[in-house]
Amino acid sequence: MKPPPFTYCDPESVDEAVGLKSEYGADSLVLAGGQSLLPLLNMRLVRPEALIDINKIGDLQKIEGRSDILEVGAGVRQYELEDHALVGELVPLLPEAAGYIGHIETRHRGTVCGSLAHADPAAELPCTAVTLDATVVARSPSGTRTIEAQHFFQGRMATALEPEEVLVAVRYPVTPQAAGHGFVEVARRVGDLALAGAAAVVNLDENGHFTSVSVGVSGISDTPVRARAVENALIGEAPTEENITRAADEIVPSVTAGDDIHATRAYRRHLATVVVRRAITAAVASAHERSDGK
Amino acid sequence: MTTSTAAKYGTARRAVTVRVNGRHVTREVSTRTTLADFLRDELDLVSVHVGCEHGECGCCTVLFDGLSVRSCLMLAVQADGHAVETVESLSANPAELHPIQEAFAEEQGLQCGFCTPAMLLRTKEIIDAGREMTDAEVRHEISGILCRCTGYQNIVNAVQSAGAKLRGPTAGGRD
Repeated sequence: MKPPPFTYCDPESVDEAVGLKSEYGADSLVLAGGQSLLPLLNMRLVRPEALIDINKIGDLQKIEGRSDILEVGAGVRQYELEDHALVGELVPLLPEAAGYIGHIETRHRGTVCGSLAHADPAAELPCTAVTLDATVVARSPSGTRTIEAQHFFQGRMATALEPEEVLVAVRYPVTPQAAGHGFVEVARRVGDLALAGAAAVVNLDENGHFTSVSVGVSGISDTPVRARAVENALIGEAPTEENITRAADEIVPSVTAGDDIHATRAYRRHLATVVVRRAITAAVASAHERSDGK
Repeated sequence: MTTSTAAKYGTARRAVTVRVNGRHVTREVSTRTTLADFLRDELDLVSVHVGCEHGECGCCTVLFDGLSVRSCLMLAVQADGHAVETVESLSANPAELHPIQEAFAEEQGLQCGFCTPAMLLRTKEIIDAGREMTDAEVRHEISGILCRCTGYQNIVNAVQSAGAKLRGPTAGGRD
């Protein structure tokens, strides 16, 4: 099908975009990469009165690294995460996860922040955002506010954004140099949304024991899930196969997705433990590589 | 809609100027026309095959400012001031095939042909990136375009053969 009629707005500044968003409120949608929004429009699952295209706003197209923060503007496309030197250096989980998003043709167009705003619980970037304790930056006529990823995702394709707000950037804390990371997904075909996926970032002390563990899981609930019970089970422990496997089982109670055409809940419970175990194991290997490389 | 918004954005049609296959074209389009429909219906570039209209099949792939994109997931107005290449850009003269097209013909890298324009453009992008790939890597790189006929094997062969033609006879990279 074809998109329904809408008023097409293509502002050239953030201020103008925010003005339009506040004018139209819930009757408007922001168009960034459009790789989820255009399908919704073509299938007429959404019928916004106004479409606010932010692609002409140069200020949103920046990737900026500060001492402790990597900021990615709302115009930055997903493929840019894959081979951007600064991203790989400051938050190496991002390029790793980005390669799993859709296909290269959609990553050429789809944006990082657009994926967060779309908030598909099976998607890669929302999962990495909760894993990395990212912060979403939203602008409205009354100013700028920041929202922790944990609180940003409120349900299946539902976020904490207010109707008059525009998501303008996401901020990732810089990952410590010695930390290891891992990203794992199980999907039927390359590019499909994951049946379940997991991201992990770990730090090990001089004895090789976990000092910090951060694990996010996609595809198992209405939002990406931060696996606190898994993390807590590993702090202070040695990264043995047995310890990791036992800790990974702690994810099971967080699997709330019911049976659907893609998988049963029982299968997703099994998959969740598998992807968590694999992601942590990969993160440990990556931490070892980093300490060996010093 | 406020009066100023209506004055600036109230129009349902707009003039767009796009560099298509090296030539600038200006047309007036509805703001809700997809880039795929614009290329097909306004410019008669019917090599842009519209399969699913929601980004699953990849048959409408074009190069947008040199990067492969799904043209059903963009609006024509978004192409204003940008460059688009369709498969027609590969060879100006239909009697003279581009080496990539020759390779697809020689390797029988197509059956019904519906995905072929997209596959040819993606192949160009893969080869232009310069890196030799294993068959498995090629398979991964073309995974955004669905082919329902070939089972992909001959397409992979064609991509590798085209890469060898364009990079020179010494190029390897097979599994």
